Amino acid sequence: MVPDLTSEFLAQPDGVRRPDRRRVVDSAGVKISVAEWGDEQAPAMLLAHGGFDFAETLNRFAPMLADGGYRVVSWDQRGHGESAWAHLYSWEADIRDAASVLATLPDEPLPFIGHSKGGSMVMHLANVAPHRVSALVNLDGLPSGNNMPDVSELERTRMQRDEMDRWLAHRRTLSDKQRRPGTVQELAERRGRMNPRLTTEWLQYLVQVGARQEADGWRWKLDPTMRMGGFGPWRPEWSMLRLPGLGVPMLGVMGLEIEVMGWGSRPSDVEPYLPPGAQFEGLEGVGHFVHIEQPRLVADLILEFLS
Amino acid sequence: MSPADSDTIWVRHNRIDLAIHHLTNGSDPTHRPLLLLHGLGERTPDEVPPSVRWPGPVYGLDFTGHGQSTIPVGGGYTSEILVGDVDASLEQLGEVTILGRGLGAYIGLLIAAARPQQVMGVVMSDGPGLVGGGIHPGSPSVPFPAPWASNTPDPFALLELARDVRPPDYAQTYVRFVLESSKLDRALMVCAVARPEWLAAVAAEPGVGQGTVDEALQFYAEL
Repeated sequence: MVPDLTSEFLAQPDGVRRPDRRRVVDSAGVKISVAEWGDEQAPAMLLAHGGFDFAETLNRFAPMLADGGYRVVSWDQRGHGESAWAHLYSWEADIRDAASVLATLPDEPLPFIGHSKGGSMVMHLANVAPHRVSALVNLDGLPSGNNMPDVSELERTRMQRDEMDRWLAHRRTLSDKQRRPGTVQELAERRGRMNPRLTTEWLQYLVQVGARQEADGWRWKLDPTMRMGGFGPWRPEWSMLRLPGLGVPMLGVMGLEIEVMGWGSRPSDVEPYLPPGAQFEGLEGVGHFVHIEQPRLVADLILEFLS
Repeated sequence: MSPADSDTIWVRHNRIDLAIHHLTNGSDPTHRPLLLLHGLGERTPDEVPPSVRWPGPVYGLDFTGHGQSTIPVGGGYTSEILVGDVDASLEQLGEVTILGRGLGAYIGLLIAAARPQQVMGVVMSDGPGLVGGGIHPGSPSVPFPAPWASNTPDPFALLELARDVRPPDYAQTYVRFVLESSKLDRALMVCAVARPEWLAAVAAEPGVGQGTVDEALQFYAEL
């Protein structure tokens, strides 16, 4: 049951709707919180948020898809939102958690949609379980050789010595680490540094659904031990080389404005890998968070694509 | 039987309590310690194996999910996390020489690159987990381990670390970090008979030594 905090909100952007349902899925012992919008009997679609986001960042976008006739099923990735903080984080663990959520849905192919890291995750999941996917929508989550700041800390292609030093220094400080408390405005301002294109009203709203109010202030629910950046053997072409063989319709949406949380991929980076018949939309004047900056436009693109 | 609790040092790595077993002080307790890094699915042995000749103290780290160290819930292992385990151990032990078996040999390479001033030589020997998951990912799948009778080693560790991808050029980059920053002329010694691609690439790098485990240990013991 989601508490109704609407009356207490400092900011309430137009059209937001908190999940119609919440439930918990056990992924090998890690409690994953699932958020759903729309009629439970409607055809399901799987919707994955990006790294350092959470399901309720979809509170404006997901209801638009639900109102288009779908049961929209999202979840907080481990360490994010309402889901449990884990001992360990990895790409493979995130995919397993996603598969655990998928396993609770009716056993028929359904659309997979994901933003940023979530887009790359559903692309991977579509390869893991081709029998469960009916269409794939990737929202600014097609990797190139450029930066991918929200991908799990160990899944980066850049392996620089100083990054390794910084990562180990970070690991040495983690015991009992807590997020810094602050007011709604302060947390919104901090998040705004990484999301400079999002409005203050939106960021303040996110604090109130993505942070927890404690005696000394608000803290993001995000696991404080998570960190952007890192090092590891992963390289983007491993993901992209799975794309041409995709056997279902695909829609790729890319924001063409370069920004701090963006992956820096350009249409020319991804076009050679698109499967036959794929639809690709580059959005001028839109940043990495295509579904938050232009929720109606992107939801309509998806609904039309799926129809 | 596990190493006696009184000989165990506990260090914290994020939410994991790591067991470092103090196996012996050797004939010269003031000598630089040897740190044993076990192979995949193994744990620190109860006592120093007869084949390991070292004049000073010998310690063994149980990696996350192994031996007496915390078993995480829900997996999520990577080799890089285990590098953090060793780094937490170095904070306690100071300067060491490392003898790594299998997976521990690979982790030894990575930590030597990260902490070249504290790691006085890595001896890379055969053992479980030496191969890893090959040089690029295989067909994607979602690994759910079968339940095991015992919870240590963690079945997720066995599964996920066996799939850990090790591109040769990735390993070579670490070798170059070591060679650039180490105080030693021969900071890495490849002693494994088995040579998966990543290790063959390491062994082929100029400045990397080769020999038996005993020869390598004697070389580092005399430094």
